[in-house]
Amino acid sequence: MTIAAKIPDAFSRRTLLTGGLASGFLFAFHVPVRAANEPVQPPDTTDGKFAPNAFIRIDAAGHTALVMPQVEMGQGIYTAVAMILAEELDADLAQVTLEAAPPNDKLYANPTFGIQVTGNSNSIRAFWKPLRNAGASARAMLVQAAAQQWQVEPASCTTSKGEVTHGASGRKLSYAELASTAGSQTPPKDVALKDPKDFVYIGKPLKRFDTPDKVNGKAVYGIDAMLPGMKFATLAACPVFGGKVGKVDDSAARKIPGVRQVVILDDMVAVVGDHMWAAKKGLEALRIDWAEGPNARISSKDIWQDLRAASEKDGVVAKSTGDIAKGLATGEKYEQSYELPFLAHATMEPVNCTVHVTPDSCEIWTGTQIMTRVQSAAAKAAGLPVDKVTVTNHLLGGGFGRKLEPDMVIAAVRIAKQVDGPVKVVWTREEDVQHDIYRPVYRDTIAATLSDGKIVGWKYKVTGSAVIARWLPPAFQKGIDIDAIDSAVDMPYDIPNFHVEYVRAEPPAVPTGFWRGVGPNNNVFAIECFIDELARKANKDPVAFRRDTLGEPRLKAALDYVAEKSGWGQPLPSRVGRGVSVQPSFGSFIATVVEAEVDEQGEVHLRRVTSAVDAGIAVNPDIIMAQIEGGLIFGLTAALYGEITIDKGRVQQSNFHDYRMLRIDQAPKIEVHVISSGEAPGGIGETGVTAGPPALRNAIYAATGVALRRLPIDRSLIAAGKKS
Amino acid sequence: MTTTLMINGEQKSVDAPPEMPLLWVLRDILGMTGTKFGCGIAQCGACTVHVDGKPVRSCVLPVSAVRDRAVTTIEGVSASPTGAKVQKAWLDLEVIQCGYCQSGQIMSAAALLAATPNPDDSDIDAAMAGNICRCGTYVRIRAAIKQAASGRQS
Repeated sequence: MTIAAKIPDAFSRRTLLTGGLASGFLFAFHVPVRAANEPVQPPDTTDGKFAPNAFIRIDAAGHTALVMPQVEMGQGIYTAVAMILAEELDADLAQVTLEAAPPNDKLYANPTFGIQVTGNSNSIRAFWKPLRNAGASARAMLVQAAAQQWQVEPASCTTSKGEVTHGASGRKLSYAELASTAGSQTPPKDVALKDPKDFVYIGKPLKRFDTPDKVNGKAVYGIDAMLPGMKFATLAACPVFGGKVGKVDDSAARKIPGVRQVVILDDMVAVVGDHMWAAKKGLEALRIDWAEGPNARISSKDIWQDLRAASEKDGVVAKSTGDIAKGLATGEKYEQSYELPFLAHATMEPVNCTVHVTPDSCEIWTGTQIMTRVQSAAAKAAGLPVDKVTVTNHLLGGGFGRKLEPDMVIAAVRIAKQVDGPVKVVWTREEDVQHDIYRPVYRDTIAATLSDGKIVGWKYKVTGSAVIARWLPPAFQKGIDIDAIDSAVDMPYDIPNFHVEYVRAEPPAVPTGFWRGVGPNNNVFAIECFIDELARKANKDPVAFRRDTLGEPRLKAALDYVAEKSGWGQPLPSRVGRGVSVQPSFGSFIATVVEAEVDEQGEVHLRRVTSAVDAGIAVNPDIIMAQIEGGLIFGLTAALYGEITIDKGRVQQSNFHDYRMLRIDQAPKIEVHVISSGEAPGGIGETGVTAGPPALRNAIYAATGVALRRLPIDRSLIAAGKKS
Repeated sequence: MTTTLMINGEQKSVDAPPEMPLLWVLRDILGMTGTKFGCGIAQCGACTVHVDGKPVRSCVLPVSAVRDRAVTTIEGVSASPTGAKVQKAWLDLEVIQCGYCQSGQIMSAAALLAATPNPDDSDIDAAMAGNICRCGTYVRIRAAIKQAASGRQS
């Protein structure tokens, strides 16, 4: 069933689209569940539909559907993808509907990963050319069809807003009228793309297509899936990683009104009820003896001890230029280590998955970043061939990397196999926090030499989990996790003798995965903290020192821009500092200044954050600004509060009271400046995340002289005021 | 136990245990999924609804405590001029990213503006600090509340 919601008022404000656009904009998700009483719409089998590629569907009735290969989790990708396709197609954006792609790696694989995945801030980078080609190629076929009908040269025709026009005769045909004949045209071999100066959509701050339904409760997330006869379940896995279920006494749980079933698996127990409340009360009433297993002895203290020991070993060389031995023997040498903690994702939408398993089918309703992996994981768990598994994706209430994993789908299928009819499995927030797949702990050690105020040698060792080795094994080559060292090797500073090593160190028992900002989180933090310390050793201003050392001109321009906009160098009250960071991560160039006040107790108050970002061609500048604003808050939240700790093999945090989030009363003023550039678009979803923490730490350094080297910030260290 | 609730101006009869939080009555019994589950312990505000115009966390409000008081959810907030103004400001300033927390944000903001038509920053902090947004839309939330209050266009 297609949800097609008219967007009346919401779109009259979208005048930027065409200047004269009124109503009639349709936005649709292919979401086959809304409410049990809504009719099911049959598949569209209209004859004469023009479907030139995986992304574009134009029918004779005038509907243009754009198929979204990437999932919408807040980053605005549906809007950006639609803009790119419509740009080259010359479609009327007011007439298009958007559809989520079904699981299909052949049609919708992310070109970077080879599978259908949304992540690593690469949707636009990966799909920029394929989408433009798809749009332009479809447009060319429509033009050929019109030209054939009119017996004129295709070159004498123009297109605009879903119509082909023959200028000389004034004849016009809509794409709808051409839908039946365009399909038989030969697709062009090398289609010409628009000159950016002719863009009508790209580069404009168009309103998002997904937001109107998000102000009135109509937007449907995975957790909102509703099916006739559906039951609700919630689960408890063994609190100790890797532990098993021992004995379960469910006699009290079964007496709770609304509890229908208790499902006992080897490593988890689920209670199924008429609603989540019954399931939750039932779960609380269970008496479970867990077989905790050997991991019950593991603690954060041991994990850190192991990680620090591992970081003393030699690593695998990931990059080496110049002569590092000579470089480190020249001038004065400094060395520091920087440590990042485990983090949970804590998406606002708790982990969930709705499943209906029958003897020969398995249907999944969820919100995932990995459509095809979810499909194959569900097939395996259900014991069915992949083609018996359907996956309906929904809007994601935050992804942040959590939904790059299929564990919640596997768990739900295992439970659903025991349940007659569809069941929605929703994790409590406590389960969500305690059974995440965590951002790994990292220790980054940098040794560098300064001679005459210049960095001569730079030896950088990253120690941490190799998420890539598990998640994308073919990309794990020669023992190097290309993600963990991503920004360590992609160095923006000009340093003649440069060397990067990686030591793989897997924490025992704790599962590790991607977390918004991924590898650059640890690299950018370490580099930008250390650069500030080197600047101080060289008696230079942090901005001036960076400017002198930076090789990358786009980053240098962003730095100059942000220095001016942030009032860098202007006097500040006591205990207030400004800190700067720069990074070339995710294909975008960002410079950030955080202004923070630090009190005597070490409490930090964020006053103001200014960023300047060059993300190449800004497909939608307002979405870029929003992503940076939000990314900064996401990263600063982690810097101020984020840490998952382990004791007796279990996670000690459980909900937002002890796994804290930054709130509006702590949010700084944020100014984001988008520098327009003609370069290919860069990634933007994680760019702000990695920029914030080092700039904040450097602001604290500037305000107090205390050089923190570990996140989250340690207020007791600041209060002690130990300078270094 | 059958309870009659007044939700968005309509009477609804539900069969629910008296201690069952309103959140789950709305979502799982009535199928009104606009109100969101975030934490279950009144820490995040995703489940915020109005009861007699006051913002409450429906995840900890037993349905028996609602009695005959008027419940307004995100699905019905546009019926009040304040609610509609907030929704419009949210769209005008493109506040929303993933949107999951925004039902609760909008309900909190609408209640704030109904009680305090011209809130200053500290009013906004006090009224909105109970609503977490993981996408970090706070800067725009603040601006949108001010816009809704003043009726100004950005």
